[in-house]
Amino acid sequence: MTDPLIRTRDLVKVYRVGDNDIHALAGVSVDIARGESLAVMGPSGSGKSTFMNLLGCLDRPSSGEYLLGGQRVSELAGDALAATRNRNIGFVFQNFNLLARTSALENVELPLVYAGVAAQDRRARALEMLARVGLAARAGHLPQQLSGGQQQRVAIARALVTRPVMLLADEPTGALDSRTSLEIMALFQELNRQGITLLVVTHEADVARFARRVLRFLDGKVIADQANAAPADAQRLLEIEAAAAA
Amino acid sequence: MSLGALLKVALRALAVNKLRSALTMLGIIIGVAAVIVMVAVGAGAQARVEEQIRALGSNLLLILSGARTQSGVRLGVGSNYTLSEDDAIAISREIPDALAAPALRGGAQVIWGNANWATQIYGTTPEYLDVRQWPLAAGRSFEPLEMTGAGKVCLVGQTVVRQLFGNTDPVGQLIRIKRVPFTVVGVLENKGQSMMGTDQDDIVVLPIATARSRVLGTANLAKQRAVSTIWVKVADGADTKVVEEQVRQLLRQRHRLQAGAEDDFSLRNLAEVMAAQEASSRVLALLLAAVASVSLVVGGIGIMNIMLVSVTERTREIGLRMALGARTRDILGQFLVEAVTLSLIGGLAGVALGAGAALGIAQIAGWRIALSPVAVVLAVAFAFAIGVFFGYYPARKAARLNPVEALRFE
Repeated sequence: MTDPLIRTRDLVKVYRVGDNDIHALAGVSVDIARGESLAVMGPSGSGKSTFMNLLGCLDRPSSGEYLLGGQRVSELAGDALAATRNRNIGFVFQNFNLLARTSALENVELPLVYAGVAAQDRRARALEMLARVGLAARAGHLPQQLSGGQQQRVAIARALVTRPVMLLADEPTGALDSRTSLEIMALFQELNRQGITLLVVTHEADVARFARRVLRFLDGKVIADQANAAPADAQRLLEIEAAAAA
Repeated sequence: MSLGALLKVALRALAVNKLRSALTMLGIIIGVAAVIVMVAVGAGAQARVEEQIRALGSNLLLILSGARTQSGVRLGVGSNYTLSEDDAIAISREIPDALAAPALRGGAQVIWGNANWATQIYGTTPEYLDVRQWPLAAGRSFEPLEMTGAGKVCLVGQTVVRQLFGNTDPVGQLIRIKRVPFTVVGVLENKGQSMMGTDQDDIVVLPIATARSRVLGTANLAKQRAVSTIWVKVADGADTKVVEEQVRQLLRQRHRLQAGAEDDFSLRNLAEVMAAQEASSRVLALLLAAVASVSLVVGGIGIMNIMLVSVTERTREIGLRMALGARTRDILGQFLVEAVTLSLIGGLAGVALGAGAALGIAQIAGWRIALSPVAVVLAVAFAFAIGVFFGYYPARKAARLNPVEALRFE
């Protein structure tokens, strides 16, 4: 058996608020294999966001260890973490987080800028990614000229452009209507089928049903780790909807 | 991130708040413009002083007769004629690097036809014109025979020409000074104002013997061949200080002064006086520049203020950039370049404004200005340094943000 992509052991994150220590994460040990599709669920304050921040190398654990592709990233700091984020992780946010007054193409190029890729190469790769999310024709558009669904597609293209091993999506459909949400989930499932590891944080069961595995958090602990033998297929649902409308 | 990419990001960010960026730059613009104007005015004043030094003739020593003590009352410099024509001759003869001209000074009414004018009468030798580097505009200087024989000839300055003769050529005309008729043999060039503001062209120059016996003198003075002042020109390349000391020793020896006795004359080094004036005008120029740079620093504080606001406003953007892989130095560079762009554009605009204002002052107020390229380069470099200095703290603040908190920032 090969090493898992992600392995955490007794991951603990303690925040100090005033005189009190808040255990946002109270010892989480999880293995996630390459190519998995995972939904992370739980109410607010359950620790799911903290967990995702640690997996995304945005934060460092108070104790415990985190191995990403065999590398002990819990020991990294600062610029090394930044490089890990740049190379290995693609982020998708609820509110898209595109730079305003910056074209879709330039938004997608941004991670490559920080990776030190030459301008010409950068442009070609960004265009390729935009084509992959179906927005090749909108490369020159500014975010405010795009619909919510299109903006999230640009954000996904940006997350994919450095060819990361995993995609971390934090409530990716939270700001979208149900049909657009389905389209985004269909895109995620398609990408997952192509091999990328997908982690989606959500509090909606509706979104979680597309994942093949569901982690439930409460009070900083994993309370359930369930496999979903028959995840819903977003593309199929879209086709059914289209047929019903016709 | 490359510098070009950083610059592009900075310009775009500054373009978002055009008015705010412009107002922030205004501080630097005014600061740089003030420095450039002040340095131009200060340098102009300094150039004027230097020109006056050249007009006076550099390397000049002025020897004045000493003080007389009468019944215990000490009178001022020049109250006693302790200097004589022979002292001047001795200086010229004994000290190779010195050329001396004795002078007797006084005032008198000068009459030509029905015009008259009160002016300064200067009894001296032809060497005086060499010493003062004062060429003739017309006519000739005194002849040796006129010097020894107390010839009734004179040279006139430009002011006297204007007041007395109007449009008539003065050379060959007869003028009367204290009822004595003098023939004008030469006209002096325009010399302009002295450092103290007196009109140096308001003068009639006579042979010293004539001046002593006919116009200014008394029998007593005539006997001693006394003079009130001796002008000494130090040869080019010679050390004024050394010649000054040689002159002092020679005069002390000639006047038979004891080792401990005070000088019975007063020796002034005009080059030194001028150097002191020049130094003071340089200090003034420095002071002006220093005051102006205070406004540059104030402009820098404005930049820091606006950059802090900008960092706070764009916390989410910073968080996002970090999530996408921006390193500490990327964020630091981004905000530093933004601050420096503000200050540099402001600096260049300030140079344009400052140069324009300086030229305007020269036109309107008629002041002498000197735009110095060094000051321009320094002011822009200073603006750049201010951008770095005052931009660093906000940029560091941005670079040190925690990405998780930055992304969550509302």
